[in-house]
Amino acid sequence: MRIPILKLYDCLLVSIQWELDDVTALQFQEDLLHKIHETSANGVVIDITSIDFIDSFIAKVLGDVFSMSKLMGAKVVITGIQPAVAITLIELGISLDDVLTALDLEKGLEKLQQELGD
Amino acid sequence: MEFQSCVKIINEWDIVAARQLGRNVAKELGFGTVDQARITTAISELARNIYLYAGQGSVSIEKLNINGKSGLKIIAEDQGPGIEDIRRVMEDGYTTSGGLGAGLPGAKRLMDDFDIESIPGEGTKIIATKWLR
Repeated sequence: MRIPILKLYDCLLVSIQWELDDVTALQFQEDLLHKIHETSANGVVIDITSIDFIDSFIAKVLGDVFSMSKLMGAKVVITGIQPAVAITLIELGISLDDVLTALDLEKGLEKLQQELGD
Repeated sequence: MEFQSCVKIINEWDIVAARQLGRNVAKELGFGTVDQARITTAISELARNIYLYAGQGSVSIEKLNINGKSGLKIIAEDQGPGIEDIRRVMEDGYTTSGGLGAGLPGAKRLMDDFDIESIPGEGTKIIATKWLR
């Protein structure tokens, strides 16, 4: 099953609603980059409120999505990281330092507007 | 008889099956959401290592009750190529697959007890336990 990517003005909105397997995660990476290209989106918000764990593979995919989108000229903000997810990621040794994050979708959109300078 | 359940790891979907089994057992045992995430993540890392490096193997989940202490034990086993230098694979950032190199050292930090046995050419067995506090 593919993760839906919605266009909202010059941004893309993604809400990941179910547990990511490896194949879905990689498919999403590709789909998002194509969608950025197709829509000329400047920014992307990926909300992961429903995700209750992230392993090193999914963390790498999310980090890569951020860097790849940046190469194309789009900013990505990841929102809704749960307390349990934040704790396990740091214990795993993954800090996703370069990735932009915000508490929730609303703050994510605000951050994106700031980053895009309008 | 202690509860034990096993998932054969042959493809990527089995990684999902193994961690879902682990999460369900963790929930049944009464682990909180943070420990559930720790256990699920550790199983995911161990199962993926089997898939990536050994091709196939198995992940077993066991409920423990020792001297009134409850816990969850993960046994990840394969008959793959084994690990030549265990100290090296336990270092953060060491990878031979292009990943983050967080799997084994990370899984060790997420669990309470972590034991790894490997014989090059014969296989690897990892036993990791989380105790209910």
